[in-house]
Amino acid sequence: MTEARTHTAAELLTVLSARQLKDGQVVFAGVGIPLLAATLAQRLACPGLTILFEGGVIGTFIERGKLPPSTNDQRCTKRANMVLGSAEVLLLLQRGYVDVGFMGGAQIDQYGNLNSSFIGDPQNPKTRLPGTGGGNDIASLTAMIVAMKHEKRRFVEQVDFITSPGWLRGNDTRRESGLGHGGMYRVVTDLAVFGFDEVTRRMTVVALNPGVTREQVQENTGFPLIFNERVGETEPLSEEELAVLRVLDPDRRYTA
Amino acid sequence: MMQQAPDYGRLRRDLAARDRSLREKVMSLEEAAALVRDGDNVGIGGSTMSRTPMGMIWGLIRARRRNLTCSRCIVSSDGDLLFGSGACERMITSWFSQGILWGISKVMRHYVETGKARFDEWSHLAIGMRFRAGAMGVPFMPMRSMLGSDVLRQRPEAVEIECPFTKDKVLLVPALNPDVALIHVQRCDAYGNAQIDGLTFMDLDLAIAANKVILTTERIVSNDQIRRAPDLTKIPFFAVEAVVELPFGCAPHECYGVYEPMMRHMEEYVALVNRDPVRGMEEYLDRFVYGPQSWAEFLSLIGVGELLQAARAGASIYDD
Repeated sequence: MTEARTHTAAELLTVLSARQLKDGQVVFAGVGIPLLAATLAQRLACPGLTILFEGGVIGTFIERGKLPPSTNDQRCTKRANMVLGSAEVLLLLQRGYVDVGFMGGAQIDQYGNLNSSFIGDPQNPKTRLPGTGGGNDIASLTAMIVAMKHEKRRFVEQVDFITSPGWLRGNDTRRESGLGHGGMYRVVTDLAVFGFDEVTRRMTVVALNPGVTREQVQENTGFPLIFNERVGETEPLSEEELAVLRVLDPDRRYTA
Repeated sequence: MMQQAPDYGRLRRDLAARDRSLREKVMSLEEAAALVRDGDNVGIGGSTMSRTPMGMIWGLIRARRRNLTCSRCIVSSDGDLLFGSGACERMITSWFSQGILWGISKVMRHYVETGKARFDEWSHLAIGMRFRAGAMGVPFMPMRSMLGSDVLRQRPEAVEIECPFTKDKVLLVPALNPDVALIHVQRCDAYGNAQIDGLTFMDLDLAIAANKVILTTERIVSNDQIRRAPDLTKIPFFAVEAVVELPFGCAPHECYGVYEPMMRHMEEYVALVNRDPVRGMEEYLDRFVYGPQSWAEFLSLIGVGELLQAARAGASIYDD
């Protein structure tokens, strides 16, 4: 593979998170980079990937240049295998049909909990954010991949509000809360790829993005990071990955 | 404040009191708006920018309805208009914003952060299970998400229990039975037998959970046409109290297979309210909601060119 020369941070995020998916999986994708990355994976390494949307779609096949403005628009259904009710598609998560959930994130903490509801005190919020949508359901009921921009204010020790549960307070707290399945698996950012310790459930660095140092990742993170014994270095984006991505999103609706 | 599950006896009495015979119920938008009372609990069909009953909401705002509690699975600019006009004081939903293209709704932020209106947040599945319990005539539904989260801590109406059979922790969410549901469909007959193409979201449960449904429809077809394909009927006539023929009734949102969202108008709207969520909203309401003499005049303000473009994109879902 030839190495791609220039790209945006959003393009990097999209390609790296697409690489986390495996052929044959059933993935429940949110709008934006997850939708685009799942579609990219489907065009490259995972032709057998089944994509679900909370609008009520199974087996979607997004057309190039026709990215939907949400996962509830008619464009999501084009060439899909099935449309169904929103509660019905969410219930497939609860029944166990979904291998991986795939979402963006506004704020995350060291246990992979996500906040998309409030900045500041929920009783008297500085900022009211849009809320969970299906995020809480997906994060509660299946394994999760999150793609997000890496900034210190977004990577905090403890989120202001747990909208979508990761490992809650670490160790066994997720299971004890009644969430016996799934949990945060990978976080992909423009700096690195993260996993979670199997016992403490704290965020760990799995691999650094090309040209990124340990210090750089730590400096941009609001809590002390754990580096895996062998921290890998992610392969640079290939010309092919970038070319296919740009065909899918020629207007850079999601990847500006 | 605890919200109890609705009183089952009252739900049954209210339905029994309604004339559920096979009768024509076609009326004007204004007549349908008069069926909604101040303070009603109003369920809204569709999701985000899809099959939103925008025309009916437009009609309720023009009728100066007040103190409504509204519920919808996912809320977009419909919620902005309901808050900004003063029609709705409380929104029950899983997500409330403008969408990925425009970011957080400044109107929602203004009303919620100043305490002028409430946004009660539930998970998307929880909204679905609340409508489902309502449609089933049971006081609650059990589910396995929201547990352990702060979304649950904000919702004392939901109850965590140990399952009597398996000892698993499960969450019980109370039935939601709106006084009235507003649902837009592609076609229905004069009795209210409604066909929905494409994504149905939570509309089937919402229709049965509500005490009554106000349908707006792209067009009214004959009862014979309905009876030729009863498998396409998604809402039965006896749930319906009013039928309003309202072409482009989701504008500027989309209606599956008929038109996609009218993006230029949406962008004009977002630019207005993002500059100033109060005065921008006043200007939008004056120009596009209170100003026009009719729904047709509102559509002409969006513009024939944009309507045609949206219609062409809408129909293209059926192209190979």
